[in-house]
Amino acid sequence: MNIGILALQGAFAEHGAMLDRLGTDHFEIRQTRDLERPFDALILPGGESTVMGKLLHDLGLFQPLLQRIKNGMPVFGTCAGLILLAREVEGGTPCFGVMDICVKRNAYGRQLGSFYTEAEFCGLGSVPMPFIRAPYIRSVGPKARALAETDGHIAAAQQDKMLVTAFHPELTDNPAIHRYFLECVKKAG
Amino acid sequence: MEKTRYELNKELAQMLKGGVIMDVTTPRQAEIAQEAGACAVMALERIPADIRAAGGVSRMSDPQMIKGIQEAVSIPVMAKCRIGHFAEAQILEAIEIDYIDESEVLSPADDVYHIDKTKFKVPFVCGARDLGEALRRIAEGASMIRTKGEPGTGDIIQAVRHMRAMNAEIRRIQNLREDELFEAAKQLQVPLSLLRDVYENGRLPVVNFAAGGVATPADAALLMQLGAEGVFVGSGIFKSGNPEKRAAAIVKAVANYTDAKQIAELSAGLGEAMVGINESEITLLMAQRGK
Repeated sequence: MNIGILALQGAFAEHGAMLDRLGTDHFEIRQTRDLERPFDALILPGGESTVMGKLLHDLGLFQPLLQRIKNGMPVFGTCAGLILLAREVEGGTPCFGVMDICVKRNAYGRQLGSFYTEAEFCGLGSVPMPFIRAPYIRSVGPKARALAETDGHIAAAQQDKMLVTAFHPELTDNPAIHRYFLECVKKAG
Repeated sequence: MEKTRYELNKELAQMLKGGVIMDVTTPRQAEIAQEAGACAVMALERIPADIRAAGGVSRMSDPQMIKGIQEAVSIPVMAKCRIGHFAEAQILEAIEIDYIDESEVLSPADDVYHIDKTKFKVPFVCGARDLGEALRRIAEGASMIRTKGEPGTGDIIQAVRHMRAMNAEIRRIQNLREDELFEAAKQLQVPLSLLRDVYENGRLPVVNFAAGGVATPADAALLMQLGAEGVFVGSGIFKSGNPEKRAAAIVKAVANYTDAKQIAELSAGLGEAMVGINESEITLLMAQRGK
């Protein structure tokens, strides 16, 4: 199994380190040439969604990646990655727009609103959750389902082979959510 | 400051990696920067080139002006306070700035003490010319480091010097015997615990950006290849002929900093770069402020 990690900006190296721990091959996607390598799944990391959205288009990566996601390639988005996948972005424009969720960006305010908590994640028990200038999922449509909640807001969701978290499992030392994603990829394969 | 707050602040810097932080003086410039792909903006009344030209005492920007920029963009907004001026930092925290830059670009308020940054909830980025300065700032609570460069000159030489010095010293520390760390910490005037972290991990304990004198996509690519995790661009953008185009080109150069062919295309037809001043032509070396 080989995982492509979008590496245009943000905390992509942290996802790579987590996959190393789990013994899974991965590589960075920075330009269209990188898509010539075969890969089984895609990770969209945290960072600034405006930067990644712009670079996806400017570097010609948007259409080929959208096509792969639409063709059923498993994808895992954290924070900014979640925003890139959402069908509706409050006060912003959707990027891939493939997932049946509505998100609110910077939903907890500025950096002073960033926080750490631990909460139940569907089927995985309690997991650590750092929220950094995070979004939350305002609502999930009929195609998606919520997997975790904090303070009454949806913090993670899944729709078929698309998994998103508003927090950053890649910044913790708990690999449970990455392992959960890799199992989804295995089932898909 | 509880540990988790400091961790969250270091983690915000991790989210900025691979990105470009741009100096802006108006809400309109902030919008241009965001549209060009900036991962954060630094709000200030005058960009370093103008601070250098104007002379006199340079202070924290008007909070009203900073608020205008906070309202204009969704990306993080940073602002500068003077070295040691904790009251300015308190004001920036009160208006919920995302990152404070305790900066040598402004006139220092204290020639002995830096701000005790552990007393703040908002994160701080500080300049450092070498490993010793970096670890002293981190000990004081900085959650991100940048090279000092020589702001407002368009001359990259100091940023290069600082980035090379930092990484050469990190390599040297890694090659020490463990029982030599005590003496090394004494010589560098840094806490042993932080030096041990560098010894074990081969990098600073926080994110390290390049800053000072970046004017072209090639400048940004040079510093990324020398080990910077992202780039601050100050005067280089809004002192150039075509800010939108130059800003977008620098963002793309940072995302693909080893792809010379692409950077060649990005560098073509950018219009006039900032004129700049050579390091040897200036009388005020801001990088020497705050050790």
